[in-house]
Amino acid sequence: MTKYNNSNKLFEPRLVREALRQSFVKLNPTILFRNPVMFTVEIGTVIMLGVCIRIMAGEKSQGALVYNILIFVILLFTLLFANFAEAIAEARGKAQADSLRKTREDTPARKVFAVGEIYVGEVKVIPSSQLRKGDVFLAEAGDTIPMDGEIIEGLATIDESAITGESAPVIREAGGDKSSVTGGTKVLSDRIKVKVTTQPGESFLDKMIALVEGASRQKTPNEIALTILLAGFTLIFVIVCVTLKPFGDYSNTPITIAAFISLFVCLIPTTIGGLLSAIGIAGMDRALRANVITKSGKAVETAGDLDTLLLDKTGTITIGNRKATNFWPGEGVEEADFIEACVLASLADETPEGKSIIELAKANPHTYALKDARFVAFTAETRCSGIDLGGPTVVDGGAGSNGAQRIRKGAADAIKKIVNREGNIFPVSMENRVMEIASNGGTPLAVSRNGQALGVIELQDIIKPGIQERFQRLRKMGVKTVMVTGDNPLTAKYIAEKAGVDDYIAEAKPEDKMNYIRREQQGGKLVAMMGDGTNDAPALAQADVGVAMNSGTQAAKEAGNMVDLDNDPTKLIEIVEIGKQLLMTRGTLTTFSIANDVAKYFAIVPALFIASIPGLRALNIMQLHTPESAILSAVIFNALIIPLLIPLALKGIAYKPIGASALLRRNLLIYGVGGVIVPFIGIKLIDLVVSVWF
Amino acid sequence: MNTQLMGVVAMYLLTVLLAIPLGKYIGKVYMDEKTWADRLFNPVDRIFYRLGGIRPDREMNWKQHLAALLTINLVWFLLSMLVLMNMSWMPLNPDGNPSMSADLAFNTTVSFVSNTNLQHYSGETGVSYLGQLVLMLFQFISAGAGMAVCAVVFQAMKERTTEKLGNFYAFFVRSCTRILLPLSVVVALLLLFSGTPMTFKGKDTYISLQGDTVHVSRGPVAAMVAIKQLGTNGGGFFGANSAQPLENPGYFTNMVEDISIILIPIALVFALGYILRRRRFAWVVFGVMTAGFLCLLIPAVHYETKGNPAISTLGVTQPWGSMEGKEVRFGPAASAYWGITTTVTSNGSVNAMHDSMTPLTGMFALGGMMVNSFYGGVGVGFLNFYIFIIIAVFISGLMVGRTPEFLGKKIEAKEMKIATIIALLHTLLILSFTALSSYLYAHDPKGNAGWLNNPGFHGFSEMLYEYTSSSANNGSGFEGLGDGVPFWNITCGIVMLLSRFLPIIGPVAIAGILARKKYIPESAGTLKTDTGTFGVMTFAVIIIVAALSFFPALALGPIAEFFSMK
Repeated sequence: MTKYNNSNKLFEPRLVREALRQSFVKLNPTILFRNPVMFTVEIGTVIMLGVCIRIMAGEKSQGALVYNILIFVILLFTLLFANFAEAIAEARGKAQADSLRKTREDTPARKVFAVGEIYVGEVKVIPSSQLRKGDVFLAEAGDTIPMDGEIIEGLATIDESAITGESAPVIREAGGDKSSVTGGTKVLSDRIKVKVTTQPGESFLDKMIALVEGASRQKTPNEIALTILLAGFTLIFVIVCVTLKPFGDYSNTPITIAAFISLFVCLIPTTIGGLLSAIGIAGMDRALRANVITKSGKAVETAGDLDTLLLDKTGTITIGNRKATNFWPGEGVEEADFIEACVLASLADETPEGKSIIELAKANPHTYALKDARFVAFTAETRCSGIDLGGPTVVDGGAGSNGAQRIRKGAADAIKKIVNREGNIFPVSMENRVMEIASNGGTPLAVSRNGQALGVIELQDIIKPGIQERFQRLRKMGVKTVMVTGDNPLTAKYIAEKAGVDDYIAEAKPEDKMNYIRREQQGGKLVAMMGDGTNDAPALAQADVGVAMNSGTQAAKEAGNMVDLDNDPTKLIEIVEIGKQLLMTRGTLTTFSIANDVAKYFAIVPALFIASIPGLRALNIMQLHTPESAILSAVIFNALIIPLLIPLALKGIAYKPIGASALLRRNLLIYGVGGVIVPFIGIKLIDLVVSVWF
Repeated sequence: MNTQLMGVVAMYLLTVLLAIPLGKYIGKVYMDEKTWADRLFNPVDRIFYRLGGIRPDREMNWKQHLAALLTINLVWFLLSMLVLMNMSWMPLNPDGNPSMSADLAFNTTVSFVSNTNLQHYSGETGVSYLGQLVLMLFQFISAGAGMAVCAVVFQAMKERTTEKLGNFYAFFVRSCTRILLPLSVVVALLLLFSGTPMTFKGKDTYISLQGDTVHVSRGPVAAMVAIKQLGTNGGGFFGANSAQPLENPGYFTNMVEDISIILIPIALVFALGYILRRRRFAWVVFGVMTAGFLCLLIPAVHYETKGNPAISTLGVTQPWGSMEGKEVRFGPAASAYWGITTTVTSNGSVNAMHDSMTPLTGMFALGGMMVNSFYGGVGVGFLNFYIFIIIAVFISGLMVGRTPEFLGKKIEAKEMKIATIIALLHTLLILSFTALSSYLYAHDPKGNAGWLNNPGFHGFSEMLYEYTSSSANNGSGFEGLGDGVPFWNITCGIVMLLSRFLPIIGPVAIAGILARKKYIPESAGTLKTDTGTFGVMTFAVIIIVAALSFFPALALGPIAEFFSMK
């Protein structure tokens, strides 16, 4: 994750100052009401304040004033610590988003006015903040792009390092799937016309900032369920503490209000209650640090649950694109003739594969003078492309072949169909060659001329180094990986096996992705996919987590629930881990918080009764000094543990893909058993200090 | 000493050995699979179906199941009130016992309908034989209803995305005819041959050595004892329950009766494994329950066989252990064993006086009822356990980095809400009613002096025990509590009602809602619920949620008493 522009310092002084201020603002009961656990602590704090005032007014039965004031102050700090946790998480998320947003502060925009508004094609420089959705602006080499938008005319190289941290420039052009530009990035060359796609203040980044700031932050379903459980625990301890009063009356054991409230505050799960929202914000923040903008907190949560990842082969599993590596002319076909046919068929083929064929043939496309040429574009239905020539071809001024030609290049079975349709035979030797190439992981492209099979071009893929380990890791997490490729099944199988993915969709058409996602979802699985094209949009919307590349079309970005600023197809893997971290952090801190209760019972219960029932001294297994020191120590521990766990809440529990059972064992040991033991030690240590005064 | 312990170990092992095949049989009964007993029971069931207009193939959703359960319970409630308040002039009353007052009839009816069998009356003088028979009927049907509900939850856990969870009445009839009835016949015969009476004649008399004429109560005892043990009912024929020689004549009958207490609760766990085809999961559930059971049993046996420290300080040796309130035929170890089995399972029959047990044993008996799911009552024990599983799944599911799911179904806010309320309820009922009685006693010790034989810590334990027993639908008494007055009759009645039906409604609702959800297949990232680690987690949840919330109360009762006796 080194390449991301994340500052890993947890407590930057500037953020801490802001968070400290917010900690007090958040004491407002109308804000705190959203968090039932901390809200009850606030009620307890107010009651303690009342007790302190009554003691000052002469009340005698509630113990020493200093002791009561101390309890009040510690409770207040418990609240402030919890508020601080939330505030610092918010501040960090906001700072991260701000640093992204800063790149798009007011820049001059050259707005193009429509016909008639001033006069045709008028361009006027206005501040970017005045751009509205649907406006069109111009950008040239050296300009900073003022707003998110879609290129409607032209092509440009763009430096996106301000957003992605990646210094290599990228090409963006009108039409196709790489037509989006992001505000704040810089045009390095050429000139483009861009249509604004978002209203100011409504970009994904703006939405994300709003999510972090809390104004529009909604609790996620899992957060709601956990809050219910925590509220339940709180209620149980309300019952335990309230009923203790008549029990005490029966046993002639007066219990002070301070002791009641201390017992209550210690028993309710304040640790997780105080950190819960910080954990959620930190999850979104971690996604942002990985340069992923999430549209909701729920998406991050869902990411942890993913069962299936649909990954495009190209760019994710293999490096870049396939390259032509060999020409295999069929029997009785001259190699030079075959190569020429291949070059002709690829002349108009703008795909990297097409270009690599010309490269391999070492031909210069500009030397071909073509008469009556009509290029046949690739379609998903025909699965082949080619060229129709009306007259003789002239190569390098010399004589080429004569007569009309129809050259087709494409998937072997598509070409075979053409050949068979013409009444010719697709030779067995070529069929064998196709099989051989495919089973070696290559992609065979067959070429035909006028319905006659000419030969096979071999294309090869290069699998990304280290990708196998990543898939291994995913498998251990229980995530199934599916490779999506346009390759034929044999090639797909070979690469799938070599890369270690669990399944593949070969010869994939856009609707195949959609169908696969639907099928998995019907089986109850949660599916994620990444995409950039407009034709990916339905599948992105259908997927439980759809990650659109920032370079992708607006439609794709609208359809997905996350946007990856880096356009990095392997990002899905990190997103899964961020989701799992988020849920695990919640689970482990809940366990820790509840496990703490054991020690707190043993600190406070004997302290409550020792005075009137000396026999219960035996329950004071920590040998705490006096009832007052025991109660103070427990409450202090309870307060201090919140700030001590803030770093953990913000950074998240490290996820280790060791299988669910091993993970549970590990976390139960650390946070469950640890949660039982730590407070015994902590309370005892605090007691040693507190007992100096009490 | 060793013989005592061996008797206890043998009893437990024998129970488990019997429970395993019985569990499989129960599983088959609920799955409607063929068993050897079909030829015998199919015609019997058909009679009931025809009489009741039941169509066993008409499947119900969870709401219809609950509606069925609550309606038949209402009918039973009215029937029982009618008989108990009018039995003095009705037939089968050779000893001329009187009818019950309204509040006592309410308490008794609720107590039997809710499978609690808290008895604020004495069987010899308080009920006629007709009354006993009606109560015995309830011992069957309340147990059968509990098992039927449990079968519904089993179905719901098994099914993948369905609303249809079988027919409640069919489950109910089959529970009674194919499980409870045959087992009761076997147990009753064993008791009968060992000397337990079975007659409709009135009191017998004999002339003692001193020349006095002694009247001995008798009646259809063997039949009632069998079902009160098997159905975790616990309501004895006689006031002294299974401590009475005619109810429990010797060590052999004691073994039979004690095995009967936990036989079906354990077998139901194995039935779960059979129905879900998840034997490992069943063993994990069994393991957690057994661990909890042993945590209560071992110290209880230890303290009872060690003897009473107050007597030891007098210089009196107690070679057997603490014998106060115990029967010589059973001894302290078997009495402690009974004490724990009867409290963990919500049975509530006794063969020794719990009031006289050493303080910590009293606490362990209380603990069993507070948790109420270490085996638990027939059917309902597993339902209570189910709530703890849901909470444990929720927390541990998060800990493995997924939103929680149980048996392929996602657990979300709605299920957590129900589970939390049910988990709260037991604590709420026990603590708040004990608080109420403590408050009343503390503010008017003279007016309520009749309540407590022993004031102080022990008196507090008595009140705590009474409500715990009511809320756990256990029915055993700490005795020493003057509980036959309207205050106790009514409050205990309310507690029993709420704590019987809400903890049934909750799990059935959760299971029904989960059954409707989409099934998510397991993957390597899914939390496995059939592992020891998950078992530990569930155990920890039970201890912290159920047991520890009673810690302050226990500290003021049995724990304080224990330390003050030292």
